[in-house]
Amino acid sequence: MSLELREIHKHFGPVRANDGITLTVETGTLHGLLGENGAGKSTLMKVLSGFHSADSGEIVLDGKQIKLASPHDAIAAGIGMLHQDPLVFLPFSVIDNFVLGSPGAWRLDRRAAEIELNELCERYGFNFDAHTPVRLLTVGERQQLEIVRLLWLGARVLILDEPTTGISADQRSKLFATLKALAAEGMSVIFVSHKLEEVADLCQRVTVMTRGKVVGEAELPTPPERLVEMMFGQVIEIQDRSDVGLGVSHLELDSIQTASGLLSEEPISLDVKSGEVIGIAGMEGSGQDTFLRLCCGMRAPMKGTVAITGDDLTGKHYREFLNANVKYLPAGRLEEGLIEGLTITEHFVLTGQDTSFIIDWGAARKRAKELIDDYGIKGTENSTAESLSGGNQQRLLLAMLSEDLKVLLMEHPTRGLDIESADWVWEQLLARRQEGTAIVFASADLDELLRYSDRILVFFSGRIIGELDAAATNVDEIGLLIGGRSLGAEAAASS
Amino acid sequence: MNRARITTLALPILVVLGSVVVLLILAGTNPWDPIRIIVEGSIGWPPFEGGSARKVGDTFMVWVPIALASAGLIVTFNAGMWNIGIEGQIIMGAIAAALVAREVSAPRPLLILLAILAGAAGGMLWGLLVGVLRTAGGVNEIFGGLGLDFVALSITTYLIIGPWARSGVASTSGTNPFPDNALLPSLGGSKLSPLAVAIAVLALLGVWTLFRGTLYGLKLKAVGRNRSSAFLMGIPTNRYLLGAFAICGALAGIAGTSQALGLHFKLIPAISGNFGFLAILVVLLARFQPIWVAPISFFFAMVAVGGPGLSLRLGLHGSLGGVLQGVLVLSAMLGLGWAAYLTRRRAMTESGVSSG
Amino acid sequence: MSGFFTAFLEMFDTATISSIVAGASALMFATMGETISEKAGVINLSVDGSMMLAALAGFVIAFETDVVWLGFPAAAAVGMAVALLIAFSNIKLGLNQIAVGFVLFALSTELSRFLGNSYVGRPPVGVPAWDIPGLSSIPFFGPVLFDHNLVVYLSYLTVIATYLLMYRTRKGLEMQGIGERPEAAHARGIPVNKLRYFYTALGGALIGIGGAAFSLDVKLGWSDRPTRNLGWIVLAIVIFGGWHPLRAAIGVLLFGALQAFAINLIPEFPSLSQVLPSIPFPAMILALVVVNWKALLKWLDRYPFLRAILRSDPPTAIGTAFEVD
Repeated sequence: MSLELREIHKHFGPVRANDGITLTVETGTLHGLLGENGAGKSTLMKVLSGFHSADSGEIVLDGKQIKLASPHDAIAAGIGMLHQDPLVFLPFSVIDNFVLGSPGAWRLDRRAAEIELNELCERYGFNFDAHTPVRLLTVGERQQLEIVRLLWLGARVLILDEPTTGISADQRSKLFATLKALAAEGMSVIFVSHKLEEVADLCQRVTVMTRGKVVGEAELPTPPERLVEMMFGQVIEIQDRSDVGLGVSHLELDSIQTASGLLSEEPISLDVKSGEVIGIAGMEGSGQDTFLRLCCGMRAPMKGTVAITGDDLTGKHYREFLNANVKYLPAGRLEEGLIEGLTITEHFVLTGQDTSFIIDWGAARKRAKELIDDYGIKGTENSTAESLSGGNQQRLLLAMLSEDLKVLLMEHPTRGLDIESADWVWEQLLARRQEGTAIVFASADLDELLRYSDRILVFFSGRIIGELDAAATNVDEIGLLIGGRSLGAEAAASS
Repeated sequence: MNRARITTLALPILVVLGSVVVLLILAGTNPWDPIRIIVEGSIGWPPFEGGSARKVGDTFMVWVPIALASAGLIVTFNAGMWNIGIEGQIIMGAIAAALVAREVSAPRPLLILLAILAGAAGGMLWGLLVGVLRTAGGVNEIFGGLGLDFVALSITTYLIIGPWARSGVASTSGTNPFPDNALLPSLGGSKLSPLAVAIAVLALLGVWTLFRGTLYGLKLKAVGRNRSSAFLMGIPTNRYLLGAFAICGALAGIAGTSQALGLHFKLIPAISGNFGFLAILVVLLARFQPIWVAPISFFFAMVAVGGPGLSLRLGLHGSLGGVLQGVLVLSAMLGLGWAAYLTRRRAMTESGVSSG
Repeated sequence: MSGFFTAFLEMFDTATISSIVAGASALMFATMGETISEKAGVINLSVDGSMMLAALAGFVIAFETDVVWLGFPAAAAVGMAVALLIAFSNIKLGLNQIAVGFVLFALSTELSRFLGNSYVGRPPVGVPAWDIPGLSSIPFFGPVLFDHNLVVYLSYLTVIATYLLMYRTRKGLEMQGIGERPEAAHARGIPVNKLRYFYTALGGALIGIGGAAFSLDVKLGWSDRPTRNLGWIVLAIVIFGGWHPLRAAIGVLLFGALQAFAINLIPEFPSLSQVLPSIPFPAMILALVVVNWKALLKWLDRYPFLRAILRSDPPTAIGTAFEVD
């Protein structure tokens, strides 16, 4: 089924997520939609699946213009979407998830549905027990369930939004095989990703998006440099790192282990020195967040020790880590970091050094103004956290850090930020590093990892599968490791 | 002025006036009469004149528990907690104060001080129980609080017909009056206790200061709005939640003390006077602002005191006052909600025009 | 102690069990209504008040028209109106369900007192008894289940229908979906907010019918605040029942049994005659508290069978508003 999007516009408040997108997908092709996080790919696909309604623009399916006011319309038109976080109902059984939303009689005939589910599963080589709660399925299996469900509903255009996030390498190759088979059967597949190598692996044609606009299209295969150029404007050259003398050990993990299920049982050891930057790579949910939470004392290891600047803080409360100048900034800025409804000034008071019972608002506002200037936050001392843009929220979070930070643990320091804010964030972080802070950050952006890290740890299903010298590795090597393919890196993993 | 704001202000008032008038006309009464009767019954007619000092004094003694409970609720609301257990906290405060009044003999100032402290402790204990159930047990504070409300009610009834039964016949009308020595000192003629009023005023000022100018209050707010972020900032969130329940419980306990030793002079089954639940309405209407709590509580107290006069004079049930309070709070909430909805919608369409 | 035991034995009397079943009808309707509403994601915290106002409406209409059955649709309409107000303020205005529910609880309680004042002590109107021919002569089960009236039989049917709706129909599965993960339901083309209005209204209507069942069957006539605190018990039983209609129905019967037990104890402990009838209320809520205790649930995790029985996980999106875009 051929699909055409014409001049799609969609904005959220002041943000133009889609700014006049035109795109054609031919019948029976695997079409890649490539772009950085925040380029507007997900929004476009949500418009196409009726989840959001576009402000303006046309959608033409097999030559007929269609109107998608709700997902219901999209499903009826044969467009099915697999969301990045599969939209399944965790406590419900597989079969209930399968039939929920399907048309049919009042009475729910689970047995008949189960037969159809099993037939589809057999055809694509999936395997479910219909009565297991979906909660117990892996992310990959949840995706498989969603795919067969969409096929069952008669989808002829299949959209997959970042489907490889959080699934194993095995599941990924299976997914790719399935998608190729589907395309061969005449399905139009739109594969949304920010991972160049995956699009290159799978698709026949690719459209590249940046900042809400289409910036290029190409038949595949094509040289990767061309795609990178479309995505980033020019081929990035890895900058020279200014050398910082490494100092004392600020964060020492000695063969730590956690309860099974979070990290693998393999003990992890790591020594991060003052002024060192450690990047953490891996698919989301590979154990990075558990690892960072171990480092900052929010979780205690079952075995092994955690020491901060020589002091053994194993099993101590998170606040003792905080007092030892360890700070953790999770990915969700408004969820785990800032407080909605409180002003910038109040944030600085909460995290400031002054612990006197009565707040000196005059001084607090003055300090807030200074910090707002210093950190270039677009807002006043009375702006509430949620009124700030993502970039300014990140600036506020950095401004709230204490002066003499020993260890800074961060998740996705530049996710969702525009280039300018992202550069600024790293300027700040590198300045901290110059002052001797040890930085450990997790990121999905390989270039960010390569550009700023000294060492890169690659996580795969709960263990460190590789430890790389950032200066001596490249995107391909990290990519392979992230997928769980070790390049003779078994040795590195255990080192 | 934007239209939304006018809607916000005008809608509740119109709805209240309109619905009260309709109700009264349905009941076959001149709408003006009940208003006069409520005012006359609570602060005299014309207000505050001539022989109305006693009435005003009594009304203030109803204001005290409502204001105290509201002050406490501002603290728990700011900590993000629905303290439905406030009724139980008032009751336990009254029981603890009654215990001191009945069993302890001491010079009057000392006895009263002890009774107030005991009342605060009783309420605090009941509040902390809700808090512990929530923080340690993961029990939703609405149901933990409700359960403890019922328990406190049962304890009161048990005490009144059991161990503290009135000499002669046991009856649910209450215990024997407390010894005079234990009653809150009042101004001649009325029940007005300057001490109780002073404590309530101090409580409101204290809560205002707490959230206006102290780090403790700001941290409580942080915990209430986002527990994960507050925890990551290094705030001991559970301790702060318990603190909020302790403060609220203590203030509610003093409200109970005032009910027992300043208004009823004995323990009765309905010792809380439902003022805890009423205070929830006050705080919702005041939008958690201590400054607004004082006048709104006074208005609610007037209605509570003047309401019963309606049935004597007009044959209307005294609950008309409660209806009025309910309609007022509901229409204020809906009015604000509607205004916010209009603002949101306008923001959406405006940005649509500019970029589309 | 022996008195305690005697009172306990009396519980197994056919007449006692029969009266528990008959007296449970009001709570049964209301509990099913609240279960449906919460399952779809909307907490109706007003039950204690809206049930009372509906009980009044039912009584007044039945009394004035002298047609007892007309009381039920009137009560259902009142319950539905209150419920729709909560749904509207949450879905459209984004207000907190708990706050609006609490205010409506207070308002409708006072309204029922105000409007019902002149009906206090009026001669009651009751649903006529009707024993089902044949079924009622089965030994034990006959008198216990089939020797009541149409309202009681309808309460059984409501429980069964609620169960079938939730677990045996497509619509019921969708209803669970919108309370569990509205964005996923939306992605499947289910009109989340429209259905939330519908199920909140349906739940409110059942809560209203529960009120009418009270004033026209369980405890005839009108007095000041007749259903006092029953609404809170409904809310507790819904949680106790783990949002499952059959388990909730068992909770309703347990509460009835607890009440009967407390009454049976009065002759044995005459000095506590005033306290005993109120004991089931704290007992029920404390039972809920225990069932909800996280520490206990952690311990129970070691015994999967017990855990399955006591499991009580709320619909994930309960109490939250769902907005597209």
